[in-house]
Order: sequence, then C-alpha cells, then structure tokens
Amino acid sequence: MDLKELYREVILDHNRSPRNFGRLDPADATAAGRNPLCGDVLDITLRMQGDRLTDLRFEGQGCAISMASASLMSEAVKGRRRDEIERLYGEVHALLTGRESVGERELGKLAALGGVVQFPARVKCASLCWHTLHAALADAKAPVSTE
Amino acid sequence: MNASPAVMSSRYDVARVRADFPILARSIHGKPLVYLDSAASSQRPLAVLRAVEHYETTLHANVHRGVHSLSQWATDAYERSRETVRRFINARSSREIVFVRGTTEAINLVANSWGRGQLQAGDEVLITYLEHHSNIVPWQLICAATGAKLRAAPITAAGELDLDAFKELLTPRTRLVAVAHVSNALGTVLPVQEIVRLAHAHGVPVLVDGAQAVPHETVDVRALDCDFYAFSGHKVYGPTGIGVLYGRESLLAAMPPWQGGGEMILSVSIEASTYNELPAKFEAGTPNISGAIGLGAALEYVESLGREAIAEHEHGLLELTNESLTALPGVRLIGTAPGKAAVVSFTMHGIHPHDIGTILDSEGIAIRTGHHCAMPIMQFYGLPATARASFGCYSNAQDVERLVQAVRKVRELFG
Repeated sequence: MDLKELYREVILDHNRSPRNFGRLDPADATAAGRNPLCGDVLDITLRMQGDRLTDLRFEGQGCAISMASASLMSEAVKGRRRDEIERLYGEVHALLTGRESVGERELGKLAALGGVVQFPARVKCASLCWHTLHAALADAKAPVSTE
Repeated sequence: MNASPAVMSSRYDVARVRADFPILARSIHGKPLVYLDSAASSQRPLAVLRAVEHYETTLHANVHRGVHSLSQWATDAYERSRETVRRFINARSSREIVFVRGTTEAINLVANSWGRGQLQAGDEVLITYLEHHSNIVPWQLICAATGAKLRAAPITAAGELDLDAFKELLTPRTRLVAVAHVSNALGTVLPVQEIVRLAHAHGVPVLVDGAQAVPHETVDVRALDCDFYAFSGHKVYGPTGIGVLYGRESLLAAMPPWQGGGEMILSVSIEASTYNELPAKFEAGTPNISGAIGLGAALEYVESLGREAIAEHEHGLLELTNESLTALPGVRLIGTAPGKAAVVSFTMHGIHPHDIGTILDSEGIAIRTGHHCAMPIMQFYGLPATARASFGCYSNAQDVERLVQAVRKVRELFG
C-alpha cells in the first residue's frame, strides 16, 4: 500500500484545479451521480453532435480521488464518439479493479488512477464520474422530437 | 508533547487497561494500531471474550424452555446479565430491561409498539437536529403510518441543543420527545434531565438514545427520570447484536407486543394468544443469549475500571486532542460545546475527510469519516462529511500524538 501511488502529482493537481468544472446551459443531457455512503455529489452536463460528445462540464463535491477522476475523464472524453467513450469506460474500470492490465498508451493521463487498485475502499470514488457519464449518455440517447 | 494534567496524574492505569484488549497489539500496514473509532464500535476486553467462551463451551442451551440442567444454567446466566444491566443503569426492576439487537431495534420497538397505539393525525413527535438516523427514521416511518408529524429542535453553531427553540416546539400536540444523550457526530452531551423535566411538565414521555452515553457517562435512568433509554452492547465493550431497551414498567406493561413468536406468550390457540409478563413480552424468539452474557461481562468490566475514572481519563484525552488539533493550521473542529464526550469531529481546509481517512489508515490509525449517520447535522454545518476521532477506556496520549502527526502528514501530502 503506497500513498504516493494513490495521490500522484497528476491527481493532486486535478483535485486542486479541476478542468471543465461547471455547468453547461443549455445542455443536451444531464445526469446526477450520488455516492450515499460518502456523500459525494457529482452533476454532469454535456453536449452532443450526433454521436460525438462535443463538450462536458461537471460540478459537485467529493474526495480528491473522485474530483480528480472526474476532471481527468472530462479531458479524456471530449471530442470522442459514444462507442469510444464506452470502450474507455471499460478500460478505466479494468484499471481500477485490477482485473486485467491495460496499456498505458490507450489510457493516456487516466493511467494516473493506477494506484487506486491498492485501495479497494476508494474504487467507488474514482468510478462515480464514469457511472454518471454513462447515465448522461443514456439520457442523450432519447430521440429529440421536432414535433 | 505536553500531556494534560488529567492524563498524567490520573490513578487510572491505561497501560493495564490496554493489556485487556488483545486487538490493540496488532499492526495495520506495518504500524501499531491506533484505534480512534470507538464511537462506531468499541473493542472487546478479554473478560468479555472469556465470558462468551465460558458460556458457549459449558452452559449453552435455549433459555426459558427446558427442564434440563443446561437450559436452567443458560437461563440463570442470561437473567444474571439482565440484573447486571439493571444495576448498571439503576432501573427499578429487571422487568424494565428488554434485550434487543441494539439501539436501533430498541427505538424501532418503541416507535412501533408505543407509537402505533398512541399516535394519531395531528400529534407530534419531537426530536433534535443532533440525532443519529436511528432516532430519526423510525419516527418518520411511524409518523407516516399514523398521520403524526415529526418536529426537530435546532442546534446552535457550537453544536448544542437550542433549548429555547426546543421549549417552543414542545406544545400540546407533542406526544413524545426522543433525544440523544450524547451526539454521535459531535460528542455534545444533551441536557437530558432538563429535557425530561420540561417534557414531563407537559405530560410527555421521553425516549433517550444512550448509545454514545453509556460508554462515557454514568447513566442513572431514575435520576434522569426518562421513560425509555436505549443503548447498544458493542459501543460499551460488549458484543455486536445485543442491546438494551429500558422502559418505565407502567409504560411497557401498557404497550402491545411488537413481534410475535415463541417466548413472548403464555398461551396460544389459533384464535388468540395471551402474552407473557415483562420483559418476555418484548423478547419473541430465541434471544442472543451469548451476546447478553457478553454484555453483562462488559458492564462489569466497566464497573471494575470505574465509570468516573474512565470519564476523567477520556476527558483528558479530549482536551489534549482539542488543543493539539486546533494548533494546526487549516484544521477546524466541528462541535465545540463545553459539555462533550470523547468525540472529536474535524475538517481540514481543502481536503476531503475521505482523503484524511485513507492517509491516516496508511499510518495505522482508524478513524471514521463521512456523515456519521447524522446527515441533518452535516447539512446544518454545510459539510458533506467530517473526520471523527473517538476515544475509549483504552485510548492513550500516544494515540493522540500519532493522530496529530498523521494529520500533519495529510497537510504535507496535499500541500
């Protein structure tokens, strides 16, 4: 168990100055993530162009791991297609739970979450934003009516 | 490090007390355990473990049922524990001592048995903002079922009950007052005697949630004059899954059973049953016999250390912790009432309590982080969570020193 592995400099930096923090108005989809045990609160708003996520903001409060994870995610998914995001979601989940080794290149900066696996109690902190994004994307799937 | 006089001069021999708790000898992540989570669950002394082992290896059978010797011995041991509980809280009669699973079940018992018979639309149950969820949700449920309304008295910035507001909320509509004796999240000791006096002046009975008080204070239900008093075994060095509901005999006698089953009846036909005497009426099914015996041993252990001696020792540690943490930049104590039990809730500027908890854990220090099952208090302070260090009879000045060092380390890591 190595604290420095969990609280890497990238994590501390994204916790101190989260990227894409805030709220999009109007937004094409929103979702609220809640971690009742921790009291973590995360709200995601996003904009889509067809299948591509063009912009995303998050706001809320939580521990350094949940804030940094949301900030890193916001940078990683912007401009990506829905299917690319879902694949990334799977890879991050594998990284967090240590189920399989994931190529660092695929993950980019998200690899900074690699220390979480040693802290099972914190996996849910790092994954809250991804679950919330997943829900927001499902929300965005609802066909837009022009009637 | 300057230990406070109370810690230094006490006749209380904490090293000997620690030797009674085997778990304190273990390491966490290669560092000696510092256990500062006794408010969540205390550790158990050998006296309790041995009493349970003795019962399980030599006395176990079902209670109140058999003519055979083991059953009689098990019954005697179980009832002796009830008598120990009675003595410990100074109840008039052991008929007033009901064994339950814990504080939560005790409160649910009163809400369902007393509440269902007594509450109706327009009535009010009065609690406070300091309550644990277990003294909120059972009342919400019974209020929803009966049409009664739940009211809560506010608290002050220091985390004390606003007694004036409480008095205003105590009206002819109030049917029951339910309050914590000691707040689990902040450690505030509530003026229970005064609350009972005020409520009784209106003819309103009072339930006291004593889960956090029994380990730290001398509790005398006759001096408090309360009508119900609930507490858990595992917070006072006893086993989990056992707790106590004290109820004034006249009230318990008038209340219907909550759960039906064996043991709680005198006779049963398919059409109807007659219910057993107190307290069996409220103990349907085979009880947690070994738990009750462990609890009896735990209370005897506390008596052997001396409740005032434990309280004095813990207050010394509380003062030491308050002074040491307040001296650190960016640390804020939450709940600063003058009258407090050995619980310290705190936050660190810019650092979430869960990060504090993880870093302290890596140093072998166990604290609680989160909302402490008391979300209304967190909402009052506008906080999602706090870090909470809580002490027991085995805590010592070194625990405080290690805590303070680790909190410094949290600050270093986060910058």
